[in-house]
Amino acid sequence: MRYTDEFRDKTLAQGLAAAISAEADRQKAYRFMEFCGGHTHAISRYGLEDLLPANVRMIHGPGCPVCVLPASRIDMAIRLVERPEVTLCVYGDLIRAPGSQGQSLLRAKALGADIRMVYSTLDVIRIAEQAPSREVVFFAIGFETTTPPTAVMIRIAEKKRLKRLSVFCNHVLTPSAMQSILENPKIRNIGGAAIDGFVGPAHVSTIIGTQPYELLAEQFGKPIVIAGFEPLDVMQAILMLVRQVNKDRYDVENQYSRAVRREGNRRAKDEVSQAFEPREQFEWRGLGFVPNSGLKLKRAYARFDAEARFAMHELRVADNPACECCAILRGAKRPVDCKLFGTLCTPETPIGSCMVSSEGACAAYWTYGRVRDDQVRRTS
Amino acid sequence: MSVQGYQRKLDLENGRVDLSHGAGGRAMAQLISSLFHRAFGNEWLARCNDQSAFDVATGKMVMTTDGYVVSPLFFPGGNIGSLAVHGTINDVVMSGARPLYLSASFIIEEGFPLSDLKTIADSMGAAARGAGVYIIAGDTKVVERGKADGLFISTTGIGALAHGFDLSADKAMVGDRVLVSGSLGDHGVAIMSKRQNVAFQTEIVSDSAALHDLVAVMIAAGGAGIRVMRDPTRGGLAATLNEIAHQSGLGFRLQEAAIPVKAAVAATCELLGLDPIHVANEGKLVAIVAPDLADAVLAAMKAHPLGRDAADIGETVADDHKFVQIATSFGGGRIVDWLSGEQLPRIC
Repeated sequence: MRYTDEFRDKTLAQGLAAAISAEADRQKAYRFMEFCGGHTHAISRYGLEDLLPANVRMIHGPGCPVCVLPASRIDMAIRLVERPEVTLCVYGDLIRAPGSQGQSLLRAKALGADIRMVYSTLDVIRIAEQAPSREVVFFAIGFETTTPPTAVMIRIAEKKRLKRLSVFCNHVLTPSAMQSILENPKIRNIGGAAIDGFVGPAHVSTIIGTQPYELLAEQFGKPIVIAGFEPLDVMQAILMLVRQVNKDRYDVENQYSRAVRREGNRRAKDEVSQAFEPREQFEWRGLGFVPNSGLKLKRAYARFDAEARFAMHELRVADNPACECCAILRGAKRPVDCKLFGTLCTPETPIGSCMVSSEGACAAYWTYGRVRDDQVRRTS
Repeated sequence: MSVQGYQRKLDLENGRVDLSHGAGGRAMAQLISSLFHRAFGNEWLARCNDQSAFDVATGKMVMTTDGYVVSPLFFPGGNIGSLAVHGTINDVVMSGARPLYLSASFIIEEGFPLSDLKTIADSMGAAARGAGVYIIAGDTKVVERGKADGLFISTTGIGALAHGFDLSADKAMVGDRVLVSGSLGDHGVAIMSKRQNVAFQTEIVSDSAALHDLVAVMIAAGGAGIRVMRDPTRGGLAATLNEIAHQSGLGFRLQEAAIPVKAAVAATCELLGLDPIHVANEGKLVAIVAPDLADAVLAAMKAHPLGRDAADIGETVADDHKFVQIATSFGGGRIVDWLSGEQLPRIC
């Protein structure tokens, strides 16, 4: 397939792997966090860790939109869709994400709730047009990549005078989460060694550009390499990070130059800033309440805000105390360090959100990583 | 006036199924005779008994049953009717048996267009005749609007298995080869392309087909060297190989680069965030074959129209974990697991 096979070339991968091995200092351990679930997926799907030397370790970050959504927000959505007049539209695997007490939207659907899976916000418009008497609510989640389509949907809904369409907004901001990770002393110091650099977001950066990371790199002295989601992109980004670490540099570099510019996508950013503004704080699973890390609808668009429209109350939900999602999302622990991993918590019965999406660190590890671990155990 | 009385002809162009068509009276008799019997036409149905008697072959009999609830009912490359015949025939022939007879049970939603029902029944008749199989028993029920998604069909299949032939997952042995009969994921992608919430344009059509003839040439070439055959329907190749791994206590090691996937299917899966090895097929099979006969069986498959793109994709290995492992084209490795539910698209 053109435009994908080129980025999955085995020979080029071996060349990059050899360069990483040759240039990584054997006396040193390199710990790089890939922030995005898309990178976690690529690393697992293509077995990239098999190609890396033992002293280069990838830490799976919190960049999976389903995984970072706290159980309280799922519970709020379930309460909302229990109202008979509400049709809730959701993206893909969010439908299986666990709320509190084993609840999920999938279960709510089985109990009769009207929940539709959509691929695009245009599907939501279509559903609202086809059922004008229904209260159609879009369960909006995701980072900066999925926010512009939500903004466009609101603009279209306004133009088409769709009066019963609203948004349950859970959009979050990447740089704030990265800052929270870097500021947390527990996270900065994993087992005596800090995170040495970030593989920065791919799709998110096509929207926000590379500029927002510059302050982070400077402030915390960590290199950030923006990388595409194809396996060769990730390999090349790792090599670029190794080179920066070796030279004590902490620049923002753009490996994904075929899609990302420093200033990002102005049109998309304008769409977003027209409809949304930052919340004072937003709860992330794994990170807790992070200031200025979430978006809400501006006052001018309050009629599209499901939280206001249905007087939705914020809920507080405690996670299962044994669940290590928090530490795993921050990169402080690995999936196998969790007592629930593979015992109580499996993709069939997820306890924590990391086990839900195939981008989640636990699910990716469960699906793709176990065998390698097993082989390592056998040979050591 | 005749004893039967006057009965208006069934309006097969604009008519709709109503509750009287399932009530056991004259309307039902008319629906059965003028639609189903005409489509399936054979000596057993012509006798109009509540059951059909048939001669029993020597050797073992094979029986299977399956329900079809596909949505949409019509898709590129077939419809629920052809699917209900092909799918059940394939379950019979995966044992190595010759398919003989089918029964078909219809649950029809009130208001279903008779023209659609006729098209579906006709394609069932054509699919059965194409495979030399007779639909010799049936049942029709009509349920109220909203109680069925248009039409559900259940088919049961019966076949005859030659003496001494016994395919079973527990026969797989370490070092056996894994053969697939062609490109994966065609049916699932064809269906998805017509689903309301993801409709998209593609030239991909369902691979729905009866595999009896392909299986016959494979058996002629490989005989008892063929240990297991399965049709990788729901859950795709990944689910099928995981099932065989658990039944046989073995693992699999596959080569990703060897797995045939059409470019359009790969592109669609790429776009939707799906993996073709989890996507359903309806006219493909997986065979686990003794290594010394694998090349001969593969050659026989490739010489058959339904096996043109057949490929040797890997081998069985000793593995206490019963993992299905895959060497990625990129040079790394991964496990291919069962899906926990339906394959859902990723968000990013």
